[in-house]
Amino acid sequence: MFFETVGKIIAKYGPMFLQGAGTTLLIAITGTLIGFAIGLVIGIVRTIPLDAKSSPVKRILLKVVNTILAVYIEVFRGTPMIVQAMVLFYGFAAATGISPDTTIAGIVIVSINTGAYMAEIVRGGILSIDKGQFEAAHSIGMTHGQTMTSIILPQAIRNILPATGNEFVINIKDTSVLNVISVTELFFKTSMVNAGTYKPFETFFVACVLYFIMTFTVTRILRLIERKMDGPKTFTIHGSQTVPEAEIKVTDGEKTTWIK
Amino acid sequence: MDKIIEIRHLKKNFGSVEVLKDINFSVGKGEVVCIIGASGSGKSTLLRCINLLELPTSGEILYHGRNILDGAMSTAEYRAKMGMVFQQFNLFNNLTVLGNCVVGQVKVLKRDPQKAREIATRYLEQVGMAGYINAKPSQISGGQKQRVAIARALSMEPEAMLFDEPTSALDPEMVGEVLKVMKGLAHSGLTMLVVTHEMAFARDVADRVVFMDDGVIVEEGKPEVIFNNPTQERTRVFLKRILEE
Repeated sequence: MFFETVGKIIAKYGPMFLQGAGTTLLIAITGTLIGFAIGLVIGIVRTIPLDAKSSPVKRILLKVVNTILAVYIEVFRGTPMIVQAMVLFYGFAAATGISPDTTIAGIVIVSINTGAYMAEIVRGGILSIDKGQFEAAHSIGMTHGQTMTSIILPQAIRNILPATGNEFVINIKDTSVLNVISVTELFFKTSMVNAGTYKPFETFFVACVLYFIMTFTVTRILRLIERKMDGPKTFTIHGSQTVPEAEIKVTDGEKTTWIK
Repeated sequence: MDKIIEIRHLKKNFGSVEVLKDINFSVGKGEVVCIIGASGSGKSTLLRCINLLELPTSGEILYHGRNILDGAMSTAEYRAKMGMVFQQFNLFNNLTVLGNCVVGQVKVLKRDPQKAREIATRYLEQVGMAGYINAKPSQISGGQKQRVAIARALSMEPEAMLFDEPTSALDPEMVGEVLKVMKGLAHSGLTMLVVTHEMAFARDVADRVVFMDDGVIVEEGKPEVIFNNPTQERTRVFLKRILEE
C-alpha cells in the first residue's frame, strides 16, 4: 500500500522532485565552492605574519581588515541561515526595489554562510601545519604568498578536506531552509507536490531518499578525492652503484625487488 | 679575505631574556666555521638571526658590506643566497624528493622547470639520493631526509650554507652518512657555517671554531687551538664535559 502510493507519486511528480533536487545540488555545490574560496582567502589574510620589520601602514591596514573579517565570521556563524536568508533577501529587495532571482539569492546566502565557517576551518588547517614548513620555505627565499600556494595550502587543504566534506553535506540538507524565500529547491518542490497529493508521509519519504542519495554520493566522491591527493603509496628506486639498471619498487614499507 | 657575512654588535632578546649579547664575527668566502657550545648558549638563535628567521633586536648583519637589516635588499632575495639546513629536516611534505629540490628554483630563481630538474638531480646525486626522486618525505629515513634537505639548499646555489645542528635529530647510525656529505661539501670549497655538537667533525673539518656560552662568543680560533689549548676557562670546562661523555 505504502510503496504503491510512493510509486504513484513518483510516476506523477518525478520530474518535479528531480528539478528540486537539481536546484538543491546546484546551490549546494556552487555555495560550497564559493564558500571554500572565501574561506581560503580569509584564512590566508588572517595568517599573514607581522614582525618588527613590517611597516606601520601594513600593520594598520591588516588590523582593520582583520577586524572586519572577524565581525563577518562571528555574525554569520552566530545567526541561523534561515534568518540570514530573510534579512538579506528582503533587505536587498527593500534597498534596491528589485526582487532578486531566488536561486541566485540562495547561492549567495549559502556562499556567505559557508565562507564564515570555512574561514575558521582553513585557519585551523594552516595553523596545524608544522612551523618548520614555513621556515624551510622562507629560508629558500619564498615570499609569504609563494609559501602559501606552493607549500602550506596544498597540505592544509588535504587536512581540511574531511571538514569541507562535512560543510558540503550540511549545505545539501540546509538548502531546505531557503524555501522561506521561495527558492525552488527539493523541500520547496516537495511541499508543492504535497499540496497536490495530501499524502505528506509518502511524499516527504521520497524527498528523504533523494536527500540521502545526494549526501551519500558526495561523501563517497570526497573520499576518492582524498585518496587521490594522498598520491601513490609506492615509489621506485632507480638504479644503484653496482647494478645501474636495477629498479626496486617499495610498496608500503615492504620491498619488492626485481631487475629489469 | 672577502667577507660574505659580517655581524656587528648583534643583540637578540626574547621578552626580557637576553639570548644574544653583542655578537661580533664574520665568515669569509670558502671558510668552514663551526659554532659549538652548550644548549641554550644562543648558537641556534645566532644562525636563525643570520637567516632572518629571527629578527635581531639590534645590531647589523652585513652581506658583502651591505646591512640587510635596513632594507638594502629584500629579505627573500637575501635568504635565497643563504642555504639553510634544519635540525628537523623540514622537507616539504606535499612534494616528492625531486619536487623539494625544484620548487625554490622555479618559484624564487625563476629557472626553467626542465633546467631546475637537471640541477636538482645533479645535487641529489652528490648526496647519494638521486635514486629516490619519486619518494615522498614520509617514505624515507631521517638520514636520507637530511641529505635531501642539503640537496634542496644546494639546488639554490647559495653563497653560503647554514647548518643548524643537522645531525642532532638523527639516529646514531645515520649521523655518519650526513657528516660524510657535509665533509665532501667542506672540501669542495663551499662556505659553511655549522652549529654542531659533533666535536670530531668540528675538529677535522672546520677552518675556525667559535665557542659560545650564555649569549656571547667566548673564544674563537683554529680547531687545534680551541680543542688543545683553549685560553678561556669556560671553554676548557665545556670541552672537558663534552669530551668525557
